[in-house]
Amino acid sequence: MTDPSMAVRCRGITKSFPAGDGIVEVLHAIDLDIPAGELTMLVGPSGCGKTTLISIIAGILGPTHGTVEACGVPLTKLRDSEKVAFRRKAIGFVFQQYNLLPALTAAENAAIPLVAAGMPMAKAAQQSAAILDRIGMGKHIDKLPSQLSGGQQQRVAIARAVVHAPNLVVCDEPTAALDAETGQTVMTILKEAALAADRAVIVVTHDNRIYHFADRIAAMEDGRIRSVRTATAGQFLEVA
Amino acid sequence: MNGVALTMLFGDRAKYLGLVFGIAFSTMLMSNQISIFAGLMSRTASQILDAREADIWVMDPRVLYVDEIEPMTDTQLGRVRGVDGVEWAVPFYKGLTVAHTQGGVLQQVILLGVDDATLVGVTPRMVLGSALSLKQPDAIIIDRAGFEFMWPGEKHALGKVIEINDRRAVIVGISEASAPFTTFPVVYTKYSSAMNYIGLMRKQMSFVLVRARPGEDPHHLAGRIAAETGLKALTWQDFAAATIGYYIKRTGIPVNFGITVALGFIVGAAVVGQTFYIFVLENLRQFGSLKAMGVSNMTILRMVLLQAMVVASVGYAFGIGLCAAFFELTSRVSINLRGFELLWQVALGTACAVLVIIVIASLASVRKVMVVDPAIVFRG
Ligand SMILES: Nc1ncnc2c1ncn2[C@@H]1O[C@H](COP(=O)(O)OP(=O)(O)OP(=O)(O)O)[C@@H](O)[C@H]1O
Ligand SMILES: [Mg+2]
Repeated sequence: MTDPSMAVRCRGITKSFPAGDGIVEVLHAIDLDIPAGELTMLVGPSGCGKTTLISIIAGILGPTHGTVEACGVPLTKLRDSEKVAFRRKAIGFVFQQYNLLPALTAAENAAIPLVAAGMPMAKAAQQSAAILDRIGMGKHIDKLPSQLSGGQQQRVAIARAVVHAPNLVVCDEPTAALDAETGQTVMTILKEAALAADRAVIVVTHDNRIYHFADRIAAMEDGRIRSVRTATAGQFLEVA
Repeated sequence: MNGVALTMLFGDRAKYLGLVFGIAFSTMLMSNQISIFAGLMSRTASQILDAREADIWVMDPRVLYVDEIEPMTDTQLGRVRGVDGVEWAVPFYKGLTVAHTQGGVLQQVILLGVDDATLVGVTPRMVLGSALSLKQPDAIIIDRAGFEFMWPGEKHALGKVIEINDRRAVIVGISEASAPFTTFPVVYTKYSSAMNYIGLMRKQMSFVLVRARPGEDPHHLAGRIAAETGLKALTWQDFAAATIGYYIKRTGIPVNFGITVALGFIVGAAVVGQTFYIFVLENLRQFGSLKAMGVSNMTILRMVLLQAMVVASVGYAFGIGLCAAFFELTSRVSINLRGFELLWQVALGTACAVLVIIVIASLASVRKVMVVDPAIVFRG
């Protein structure tokens, strides 16, 4: 039943939020598989539930119904503290707003996942500096976020998302705050730095100019997966 | 993550300094006011504390504290001496009278008359001269502050003559008597000379100073003296406490100081609480993203508490240092402020108050970071 090549397996995911007197269901019985070694994009109109879905996949939100298995771990069966440990170890995050700590340097920011896992900052920052160097940020490792452009900050965030070699990297609108050209650069770097045979990358986006970076596109609409297509020679083909 | 927490704190220079200043201000205000209050209150008992040889003070039963005296007849001395367990008992006179210098300076002084033979009751702390010189005729010892008040700018010198109630008095010593509550000069003289200065009256003895026989419990002896003579007898500690207690209860002084101290506490708590809350609020998103990245609530809590404790410690260190420096400086600037100091009890108490302030200040903030939903990091 468990297919090791699948990094994420969602079955029958629904999610409801309290709204006013009642509740509203924003995800309806979602089934979705995300393979390792691929960059999967989650696309769809605003409010269709993309962020909610990746929050559930990343173990930040719990679904109302359904099961999630991520990197072989039955997420929906974990206790809260186990979910925290799971996120620390297995997931890398890239946010639209970068969310870097303003007082920390680029290298220190990118080192956070290692420090959170118990590594001393000095050693962790050395490791993150090596990654920053690899993605063209070698000159900026000692700068504060306020001294970096948006694209540079997002690169720091990418380094932070991969520094601890997670199995899954989730990105929510990583290019939304960037201009088109910078967005392309950042996506190139993200794909190069994050993608690996045993790692899946999920990118939530509105931005059809970056669709061509995807190996697979899952289109959502109104809380449902409408289609999943894979890229073959630049063409996206519908998968069931 | 402790290092990260500290970098976050120090990175926000303005708020960090604001927090440290808030704590320092409140520490300074509280410790300073409590110290002055404690100093002032202990001054009310200065003469009791200076007469170190006496275990027990015996007085008229109506006397409540050292500054309100009901004189006794000298015959009471003999009755006290007759009580079993008394090693020795000597008369002690305390009163206010007027003295003037040959230059014409008129000044109210605290006149203390000590037993002619033993000189019991004179402060042992002398700046110039010796207590034994009191045995010379018309001899008095004046305290340093009194000397400097009556002869401003002049070098300390013996042999100066003043008149007390038109009678000659020669200064044979300058003492470092503990500062009295009123800032009048403190003049020691022989009991017999004191009687001369004030003129003969039927009742003139203010106190009988008693030393207990070795091995005798002063409390028990005081009880026995009271029972056998009908006088009031208190150990020096009890009498000092009664005197301080009288001033605390019967004057508005504690209220005034209390208000200032409470203000220091409240302003400190408000300023620090507010600033710390804003600091945490501004970093809420960062804390949220740390949570998303798998930093546990416990670790986040530790980070916030560490930030609070660092602010508290640094602010406290500054505040208490300022307070100590204040007393160091003022005691040099004005002789009337001598003897005020930062007591370790006050420093400790202020530390506890600062701890309470910082706990109050972090409560709301801690709650905020504990409940922050890591999902906020995905919101724009
Ligand atoms: N905590 C919440 N409480 C109530 N409703 C929520 C909550 N989070 C999301 N929603 C609702 O769920 C729906 C899906 O939201 P979600 O943020 O997942 O959409 P999205 O596809 O990411 O949209 P966007 O492209 O604008 O980011 C929206 O209608 C939103 O208002
Ligand atoms: Mg979204």
